[in-house]
Amino acid sequence: MSEQAKNSQRPTDIYFFATCVVDQFYPGAGLDAITLLEREGIRVHFPEEQTCCGQPAYTSGFPDEARKVAAHQLTLFPENWPVVVPSGSCGGMMKHHYPKLFANDPARQAQAEALSSRVYEFTDFLVNVLGYQPEDKGSDCTIVLHTSCAARREMDVHLTGRQLLGNLSHVKVALQDHESECCGFGGTFSIKQPEISGAMVEDKVKSLKATGAERVVSADCGCLMNILGHAAWKDKQEGRSTPSLPGEHIASFLLRRTEERSSK
Amino acid sequence: MNAPLPEHALQFMPSAGFRARSKEVVENPFLRKSFRGAMDFLIDKRITQFPDKEELESLRTLGEHIRQYNLGKLPDILEQLETRLTENGVHVHWAETPDEANAIILGICQKHSAKLMIKGKSMVSEEIELNHAAEAAGIDAMESDMGEYIVQLAGEKPSHIIMPAIHKTKEEIAKLFYEKVPGIDYTDNVDALIQIGRNVLREKFLVADIGLSGVNFAVAETGTLCLVENEGNGRMSTTVPPVHIAITGIEKIVEKLEHVPPLLSLLTRSATGQNISTYFNMISGPRKSHEKDGPTEVHLVLLDNGRSQAYADEQLRKTLQCIRCGACMNHCPVYTRIGGHAYGTTYPGPIGKIISPHMLGLEATATMATASSLCGACGEVCPVKIPIPDLLMRLREESFTAPHANPAMRGQGAGYSALVTGIWRGWAFVYRSPFWYRTVTWLGSRFGWLMPSKQGPWTTVRVPLKPAPKRLRDMLKERG
Repeated sequence: MSEQAKNSQRPTDIYFFATCVVDQFYPGAGLDAITLLEREGIRVHFPEEQTCCGQPAYTSGFPDEARKVAAHQLTLFPENWPVVVPSGSCGGMMKHHYPKLFANDPARQAQAEALSSRVYEFTDFLVNVLGYQPEDKGSDCTIVLHTSCAARREMDVHLTGRQLLGNLSHVKVALQDHESECCGFGGTFSIKQPEISGAMVEDKVKSLKATGAERVVSADCGCLMNILGHAAWKDKQEGRSTPSLPGEHIASFLLRRTEERSSK
Repeated sequence: MNAPLPEHALQFMPSAGFRARSKEVVENPFLRKSFRGAMDFLIDKRITQFPDKEELESLRTLGEHIRQYNLGKLPDILEQLETRLTENGVHVHWAETPDEANAIILGICQKHSAKLMIKGKSMVSEEIELNHAAEAAGIDAMESDMGEYIVQLAGEKPSHIIMPAIHKTKEEIAKLFYEKVPGIDYTDNVDALIQIGRNVLREKFLVADIGLSGVNFAVAETGTLCLVENEGNGRMSTTVPPVHIAITGIEKIVEKLEHVPPLLSLLTRSATGQNISTYFNMISGPRKSHEKDGPTEVHLVLLDNGRSQAYADEQLRKTLQCIRCGACMNHCPVYTRIGGHAYGTTYPGPIGKIISPHMLGLEATATMATASSLCGACGEVCPVKIPIPDLLMRLREESFTAPHANPAMRGQGAGYSALVTGIWRGWAFVYRSPFWYRTVTWLGSRFGWLMPSKQGPWTTVRVPLKPAPKRLRDMLKERG
């Protein structure tokens, strides 16, 4: 995929598929990603009709319901432009699972296949399509990066986030213990098996904090919702008024670091 | 650090008790630390065996192809295996259920008036609960694999398919031996403990009437039973007693001898991080007239127990590719948190979640498939590339959709709830419609402050979720 992307021309227009989590819970991350892409001279199109990739139903054992929602998204990207998704998880759903989801519907499957080849996870698009090399204008800081399991194992883009952060000359990226382990979110898993999910996120937050990093960044807001949600709960339990582990989407962090007169 | 397992974690119960059992383990810091340490050790050992990623990937692809090729020809090669084994003088038996398998094995024991059966490690014998059946028939079934010996002494079940006693600390084993083995002094020296076990077991090998073992690969073209082991107890069990009974699942067959080396290499490297196991036994029949040792009678029991149900479905068939290395459990963040006993099934961990529903029905196992974040660590390390996350999603679907005619699985629809299905239908109604999505999310952004502070299981360890006051689409409009 990356090879193909490198060889293709630099696109002038892209579609931005925000994901329902970003639209409703992390809109700032979406806005920052769009701003960053526009600053690179890309026209960003946000199809107003977009909703959700359908993954929540798909992974919960309700493929029929997922299909209905996915079928709607298939209609949103008529031009042959890349579809950039600020999430490895939702991107993975569209890229790898849509074609399987429509296995019994040849017309839609063809659409899904065509869409699949145009879907890019945000950091992968920055690195491998745009060749983006951020110029760090912030002061020294240490952060830690959490990569989602879908970005790592499904989209195979676990290196691009680290590569982008590696370009920031004043940013040290700490490596947490059990770096590649899941944070315990897993969609409805966190509700259906709260004890196990809770133990996983507890361990994840401990390992992130143990690095001494001042914040965590991730390219997946599902993980952030889980990780930051637990970190804030722990702060509350232990009576801290300032967050012990703040965090944000990698787009927000990159944008701030590369803006003039930025302090962080 | 004596961290006793909770009482009910030691008993095999239907998966209805899964949440309660896993809760007790995750709330026990000693067990959490002990499981994590053990799994890290196994993960590190495996990775040293695969320094070359490309070699690993090509070997995994080869392993996958070999397993798929042989499953594709399974009916034919099972027949071929039976023919060759019979020519070699091995008695072949077919068992559809655990009860049938036990009846066959106990029938052989009774024919020989057997009192003592010495067992090499066999997960299939655990699957059929042979030890209970033997005990009920007045036959002493004794485990000779060190890990199995320990869990048998403790009155437990294996918590891992390769490392049966991985849940036990050295100190617990020391205490157990001191209490259960007559005439020994207390020691927690590992070498001394192993020596104690060996001394007990050596005696038993010599007097056992029956030796029982599992099979790692059965080769159809030659009629050979391959057995992988590290302690020599497998070789003793299959050569010293006058009668050897091997038991295996019907899926463990390969057509050709040349299929074995790649699978063996994948197995030992993935399982214990060994380039090769200490022992690799190839059993081709009973003692011949000119031979001085070996059993005079050899039997093979081929068990179905739900495997043909998995076989009948193209996707579910991939479950049967498994070569039982246990790497999926070693790398599983869920197994690492709760250990093997919490699952309540013979096979724990990711492979247990996908194979047990065929053995026990979805009624008893419906919750197991939900105990995964679908992180994919299992599929990533599986030496034969079983798409475990996809299979977990399939099992969720089989369990939660309304019961229908001609189901692919026993217990299909066992987890069906009209309410939950209705919620997902409602969700799809909103999310497939831009109008309803806009309306519902607009309400969410305006009235997010009304979200309750207690949001069920989510807020047991997290702050409540609140939609942002402005959606991305609102922010984009404002920006112009």
